[in-house]
Amino acid sequence: MNSTYTLDIAGLEQVYDRLATAIDEAGPEKSELFLVKLALLNAKAMGQPDLFEAQVEAALKDL
Amino acid sequence: MHLPSASPRPSIYYNYQVFKPWLPTENGTQEKKKVVIVGAGPAGMVTALELARHGVASVVLASDLQFSQGSRAIVFTRRSMEILQQVGVAHRITENGLPWHCGNSIYRGQKVFRMETPIDPDDRFFPMINIQQQYLEEYLHDACEANPLIDFRWGNKLVHAEQAAGNVTAHVDTPAGPYQIETEWLVAADGGRSEIRSAMNLKLEGTSFESIFVIADIRIDLPYPTERLAFFDPDWNRGNTILMHKEPHGIWRVDYQLPPGETPEEALRPESLQARIDAQLKMIGFEGTPWEMDWSSVYSARTLTLPKYVHDRIVFTGDAAHLLPIFGVRGANTAFQDAQSLGWHMAYVVKGNAPEQLMQNHSDERVGAAREIITEAGKSTRFMAPPSRGFRLLRDAVLSLSLTEEFVRPLYHWRTSRPHEYKHSALNSLSDDNPQFTGGPALGAPPQNVQLQTDDFLLDHFGGGFDLVYVAHNQSIPKDLLQAVGQAKKSGCPLKFLVISQKNVDVTGADKTLYDPQQRFQIRYAVSAGGAYLFRPDQHVCARWLQLDASRLLSSLQLALMQ
Repeated sequence: MNSTYTLDIAGLEQVYDRLATAIDEAGPEKSELFLVKLALLNAKAMGQPDLFEAQVEAALKDL
Repeated sequence: MHLPSASPRPSIYYNYQVFKPWLPTENGTQEKKKVVIVGAGPAGMVTALELARHGVASVVLASDLQFSQGSRAIVFTRRSMEILQQVGVAHRITENGLPWHCGNSIYRGQKVFRMETPIDPDDRFFPMINIQQQYLEEYLHDACEANPLIDFRWGNKLVHAEQAAGNVTAHVDTPAGPYQIETEWLVAADGGRSEIRSAMNLKLEGTSFESIFVIADIRIDLPYPTERLAFFDPDWNRGNTILMHKEPHGIWRVDYQLPPGETPEEALRPESLQARIDAQLKMIGFEGTPWEMDWSSVYSARTLTLPKYVHDRIVFTGDAAHLLPIFGVRGANTAFQDAQSLGWHMAYVVKGNAPEQLMQNHSDERVGAAREIITEAGKSTRFMAPPSRGFRLLRDAVLSLSLTEEFVRPLYHWRTSRPHEYKHSALNSLSDDNPQFTGGPALGAPPQNVQLQTDDFLLDHFGGGFDLVYVAHNQSIPKDLLQAVGQAKKSGCPLKFLVISQKNVDVTGADKTLYDPQQRFQIRYAVSAGGAYLFRPDQHVCARWLQLDASRLLSSLQLALMQ
């Protein structure tokens, strides 16, 4: 990951709010599709399949 | 008593000929055969023709009295055409088929991916050509009929095969009652529902996908070029995929996935077919264009193979050996490669050029090929017909993203059938220069064709055994190399010595001099004068040298024949 970018509290709060409103915008029937699209775009921006796998493992915990 | 139908099958474009059955009552006592091939589809007939090319006679048993029903396999790859050229029918397909090289994926009316396979001037054949399977079978049958080594028996149904050491007894039923044939080898080319496979209780390994697809052939006038059309998630068939292919005689193949839960019987009702084809035509802007139905069928995607194809003296080939998904045109196109491989391996064992162990190599190589195809095809299938909720979500996300995001579009690529490279073959040379090469087909790879001159291609000159292609230096061949070639031939190894020359003068000692004024061979194969490639009878590379010498040629030939 590019170490020059970090997510500070203000940034995290911005993401938190935008993701929440976007899920509401997509609506209950399309929110899952929206999240998968977003995950693919994030994976593209990240460019590191191994890091993506690590994130998948982290996200699968404690569901 | 086996009584196959004697009424011609219905078709709006193909005139079925009903052949006369071969009857044991009209033929004398049957001596023991070398090879009996059960099944007269593409796999069975190409096996017979390949065996004959290597000098081995066979009996072909065709249960019916006519070619198969419907267009079935319609897309043939370049490699298939190269194989069919060897058995003498490629020119007829070229004359009558529709060549193509582009595919389009369409989502919400937008062309989201276009695949253009380049046309290489060194290739004789197009990447793909479409023709209905009846024609292919007709051409192959004509070639079989013209070959004195092939004994073609219509209306002969194998009922039971039993094997004892070095011998198979085939119990065959005919319209005049049963008879038996003793044979050294029996080839089960009896298709996806192989009764020989069931009777031997052999299990296919792999996955069956639940999705069911309908294939319908219709005659309609549509102003499209011959290209593959794939429609994803259309309004009339949400979540599913529709494929369209153009065939000769104004026929279009429409191939669509059924919603989960619908049975094949329901899907093949005329009203159901009509409603869906009308919906598809409406979607592409041709609502109300008149069309006529020729044939329809259903299939499901399966990626299954037997773990070995050679069971003592019974050998499985084509769909009898494996069931591969239709996506990427892998049925008949894989069968040709199976049959080409089987033909020479079996012929060399029957003729005594190689030990019976060579048949094990055939099985290992072709099972390896099937497993590679299964991995590849599995990817296409997971995209075309997602097998779970997760795969469906990802596919739908990619469809949606593909309208604006370039990076996901290659996922539409449909991974066309390509020949397997026998990289780890036991027949690959251990005494060549393979690792030192900087280009050209590697050990185990299929050949790259080369246009030597206008309408004169490298592969036109191959055939009948091993082909040694040598680049001459100053129009001459070293004496010890000539002696080695002579020695190999004298020991019974079928070997053709093809010598590449930049001058249009025959090189002394060559079986054939190939005039290559532009040095195309040297460029495509990354060799210079004194270098050589050794091709197996199925044209795959089994040795290559930057500088060939006599002893390494002989040791590589011995290895390739497992001597």
